[in-house]
Amino acid sequence: MGIRFDSVTVAYDGNVVLDALDLTVEPGEVMALLGPSGSGKTTALRAVAGFVRPASGRVLLGGEDVTDLPPYRRGIGMVVQSYALFPHLRVDENVAFGLKARRTPRNEVRQRVAEALELTGMAGYARRHPRELSGGQQQRVAIARALAIRPRVLLLDEPLSALDARLRSGMLAELARLHRELPDVSMLYVTHDQVEALTLADRIAVMDKARLQACGTPRELYRSPDNAFTASFVGGANLLPVTVGAGGVDFLGTELKVDTAEAVAGARATLCVRPHLVGLGEGPNRITGTVAEIQWRGATHRLYVETGGHRVMADVRELKEPPLHGEPVTLHFASEDAVLLPAGVSHG
Amino acid sequence: MLVHSRKARWALWAVFLVLFLPLFALPLLVVLGASFATHWSGVLPSGPTTANYHAATRGEALQALTTSLVTAVTASLLALTVGTWAALAGAALKKRYRRLLDAVFVLPVAVPSVVVGLSVLVAFSQPPLLLNGTRWIVISAHTVLVTAFAHQSVSAALARLDPAYEQAAASLGARPAYVLLRVRLPLLLPSLTAAAGLCFALSMGELSATMMLYPPDWTPLPVLIYAATDRGALFTGSAVAVVLMAATLLVLFAVSRIRTRASYR
Repeated sequence: MGIRFDSVTVAYDGNVVLDALDLTVEPGEVMALLGPSGSGKTTALRAVAGFVRPASGRVLLGGEDVTDLPPYRRGIGMVVQSYALFPHLRVDENVAFGLKARRTPRNEVRQRVAEALELTGMAGYARRHPRELSGGQQQRVAIARALAIRPRVLLLDEPLSALDARLRSGMLAELARLHRELPDVSMLYVTHDQVEALTLADRIAVMDKARLQACGTPRELYRSPDNAFTASFVGGANLLPVTVGAGGVDFLGTELKVDTAEAVAGARATLCVRPHLVGLGEGPNRITGTVAEIQWRGATHRLYVETGGHRVMADVRELKEPPLHGEPVTLHFASEDAVLLPAGVSHG
Repeated sequence: MLVHSRKARWALWAVFLVLFLPLFALPLLVVLGASFATHWSGVLPSGPTTANYHAATRGEALQALTTSLVTAVTASLLALTVGTWAALAGAALKKRYRRLLDAVFVLPVAVPSVVVGLSVLVAFSQPPLLLNGTRWIVISAHTVLVTAFAHQSVSAALARLDPAYEQAAASLGARPAYVLLRVRLPLLLPSLTAAAGLCFALSMGELSATMMLYPPDWTPLPVLIYAATDRGALFTGSAVAVVLMAATLLVLFAVSRIRTRASYR
């Protein structure tokens, strides 16, 4: 069952927090809603769950208009950041909650609780209380509870942000496995973490300032973002203000050779280059500047190079003799690694 | 810890005891002492006896204890039901109306309880609702007086209750009534029992409104204590007071046991 937002607008006291969202999640697809806090991504998810009422627009689940249905009649599974496990119920009672609320026959409840706990690897904890479990285990129970009612849509609201980094990557793999085992379940995954979105999602919807900024596969958004916000939010990027010339662009008086096929000569534009595609030393498309900061990150060095009031980031393989602060350096990048974006955006 | 040095901590303890003992503990100790005495003309009571308790646990006093317990339990349960219901309804209201509702419930506490007693007396002495002369006039006055505390404590707990729980329940397909019974009320249980204990204790000690209302066959313990001391039977009155205190504390202790078992986090 797919999800469709048909021009959904949500406002609190005249304050628009979601502005005319049009978005379709295909059946069985994992769609990540990616954006900073306050971008409207959680509001969009809550509109699907039925906890916020759109001021205008419709929400459709599997073709059925559910805009006016109360949450308990929508048949969706939901997992939130705080897990919201019922503290007075045991793990198995938590998982059985949705089934009992629907008056499922007792035999079936038992069987489906066991199934859901098995699926999330929590079968051994059925008789514990939530407070006796670690954060990661609680998250698994929350997922089991949402899956026990066999929803055709699973809503995940920042499900991993309360976990530490190691658990997070483990749970990410678990979620990917769950998705493979439940290929019919559509997932709407709200996150501010681009790694989670890139890892898990079939498509990513990038949100900012209550609006949908871009939507596409992770690869599309990463390789050829169509605006500067998407470029910097998905994967991080150098965004350089340039003027388009013939067969290249001008960046503070430096000629850079990039594909300008879609740009008008003389127009202002933003050049987007991923930090890991920027090299240190001589090469094509040189940018010179001085080292403002250097960070050692184990396998790589991150250089911040100051040039004409702009900082260019470069991730290079660990250097034997890294440059010192204030030392002049030359950076370069290949023409095909740069993407030219429309101008008029903030520069990172 | 606010105070770190050991000396300062001892000094604070000393100040606390000097202030606390005479004000809070000593009067209760005096009552306890008097309840075992036949005379008190010197510094300490004299003529130790248990005869006072003999009188305080039989006949009229036992009757009054039962009356007090029945009144307090009934009034607390009524107050808890009404207060919780109002708090749940109030939580769904807009802020302005919620304030109005809160004010209505606080009113009986804000006005002197003698006034509450008088107004209940005047209101229910005429048909169609003729309660005067029955136990129900005492019970309803107590209910009116203690509902404020039940309402306030449940309201406060509701405001702190994370809406994520009821939303999770709703998303799992639970109707509002099911969510109330299986999620919200169980999560409120600690504050419900706290409110019940408070209402019970207040009702057990209520005197001023009761004095204006009680029928001859429904005399609560505080009235009996007042009557005993009024006619000069100080030592018997003390023994009855100790019984009242013990009965109240016993019930509060039992309630707090339930509360400990009901607190999840």
